[in-house]
Amino acid sequence: MTSASEEVAAGGAPLLRFHEVSKIYGEGEARVHALRDVSFEVHKGEFVVIMGSSGSGKSTAMNVLGCLDVPSSGQYLIEGVAANELSANVLAKLRNIRFGFVFQGFNLLPRTSALDNAQLPLIYAGMRASERAIRAKKALAEVGLAGREGSMPNQLSGGQQQRVAIARALVNSPEVLLADEPTGNLDTKTSHEIMHLLTDLNHTLGLTIVMVTHEPDVAKYGSRLITFRDGRIESDRQQVPL
Amino acid sequence: MNVSTTLSLAGSALVRNTLRSLLTTLGVVIGVGAVVIMHAMGQGATELVTGEIQNLGSNMLVIIPGGDSRAAFGSALLSAPLFRHADLEAIRRECDAVRYVSASNSLMVRAVAGEKNRLTTLFGTTPEHYATRDFHAALGRLLNEEDERQAAKVCLIGETVRRELFGAGNPLGAELRLSHLTCKVVGALVSKGVSTFGTDQDDLVFMPSTTFARRLLGDDRLGMIMISAVSEARTDEAREQVTSLLRQRRRIRQGDDDNFAVRDLREVQALLGKVTGVLTSLLAGVAAISLVVGGIGIMNIMLVSVTERTREIGLRLAVGARPRDILQQFLIESVLLSSVGGLIGLVFGISGAYLVSRGMHIPYSVSPEACTVAFSFAVLVGVLFGVVPARKASKLHPIAALRYE
Repeated sequence: MTSASEEVAAGGAPLLRFHEVSKIYGEGEARVHALRDVSFEVHKGEFVVIMGSSGSGKSTAMNVLGCLDVPSSGQYLIEGVAANELSANVLAKLRNIRFGFVFQGFNLLPRTSALDNAQLPLIYAGMRASERAIRAKKALAEVGLAGREGSMPNQLSGGQQQRVAIARALVNSPEVLLADEPTGNLDTKTSHEIMHLLTDLNHTLGLTIVMVTHEPDVAKYGSRLITFRDGRIESDRQQVPL
Repeated sequence: MNVSTTLSLAGSALVRNTLRSLLTTLGVVIGVGAVVIMHAMGQGATELVTGEIQNLGSNMLVIIPGGDSRAAFGSALLSAPLFRHADLEAIRRECDAVRYVSASNSLMVRAVAGEKNRLTTLFGTTPEHYATRDFHAALGRLLNEEDERQAAKVCLIGETVRRELFGAGNPLGAELRLSHLTCKVVGALVSKGVSTFGTDQDDLVFMPSTTFARRLLGDDRLGMIMISAVSEARTDEAREQVTSLLRQRRRIRQGDDDNFAVRDLREVQALLGKVTGVLTSLLAGVAAISLVVGGIGIMNIMLVSVTERTREIGLRLAVGARPRDILQQFLIESVLLSSVGGLIGLVFGISGAYLVSRGMHIPYSVSPEACTVAFSFAVLVGVLFGVVPARKASKLHPIAALRYE
């Protein structure tokens, strides 16, 4: 908590900032408060882990962080710019250049090579095919998949598939990696391998990571742990990463 | 996202489901193929008829009995008085805008040569007929003025009759019994082949019109007179001369209607053109319906595809695709589907048109315009029927799409 106030004092706007963000789904009787006046900040280089039971609002928070959804009230600021009222096209552009997504189910395109999967965000960045291939190859090498560019998802193990997904998230050099239960579909050993990879990326590239998980073992890799409960933040504390 | 990237994306999506893609395009394939074949058939038939009429000569007029000039050929034939040989002579003598006058009367007869026989059409014609109708002798000679004057018992046979009755033998000088009359074969004609309407133009026998009238029928009346104007420019003049001459000879009073009609071959040509035109547009309508059905097929499969690929769409949105990019991707996929269908349809249509022209003995005539129009329609079908699925895809919410099971 200390670093946050220090940086604000130093005049730098936090990378990501939730200011009294609420998110309401549905109408009338079916109204659900997924988030209730949530405020927190994420600073450059942090490895934030979000935990909480299902329905606690952690996934909604991730969606808002990733510009996949907008708050019902309150403000979400990215380097001081409010994301609330941006158009669908501008949000798409933010997702393309600022964020990289990693999902529990990998979400690779079937019958599409690792290289083609990894370069997907670059297509929407309007990059030429030759440059896309170079960048995607480099990203695959960074996650330890050099030489597997031509493999189809069904020829790769779960851990390898998640590595392809991480390469895809990194390929457009985003500032923030958003990982939604990245180890949820993996065995313990592979989970730790993936977490080592994320920690490495956090240290070597200075990549900011926000990760949702419900596994305490996995949560230990983060430098900060936020716990959600009933749409509110229950606790937010720094921790010594594993 | 640029066009070539979108195209290759759409292409690979379609290749992943090759069989499904091909089946989806089937409607468009049939539609485009049908348009091309039908148009080629109409065009070929028109060309053929036009060619035949040009063969006859555009300065040719046909005089038939019967008054109403708006009625079809042969109507009122029974009530109106027929023509006589004296009419022929009078036209020859008095109409200077007329070059040839020929008459033709016909009868189905059994032609017997030795032990072989054949049911064929016997024509009694004047010698000018051969010039106006472009008949030439392959063997022997054509019938002439001398035969006509003497009502000679001679005849001229078509290629089919020659082949069937004489085979490899020499028909010249042979005796041919036509009904109750025996004639000497003096010539055989050069083959003219099968006409537009499938009639064998070589299955016939000619004899002098005088022989036909006096010796065969015992009656010199004529069902039809054909005249040929001196030149195309004088066709109308020839028509007027013949009309006034015949009115005078038939004692038709001023103000009364003609009881005969002078027809121009251009009228026949126009009529045929109209018939083929109607036929072509009817078939084009059928083809258009098939294209629409094909379009519905494409829309259906694209809707299935959007549903199947909801998670893919969600992912694309998550990594930075704008709704517009998704719309473009699915629209291009459906256009690609219909274009590929259109191309396959063109291949089928062009080769089908070739086979049809061979089978039906009409000229092979595939016009680039018809191909272009058919293909453009196919592309248009892809756009029109691709819009709904593509809009559906682009309106998906990223989270809902990502979570879709």
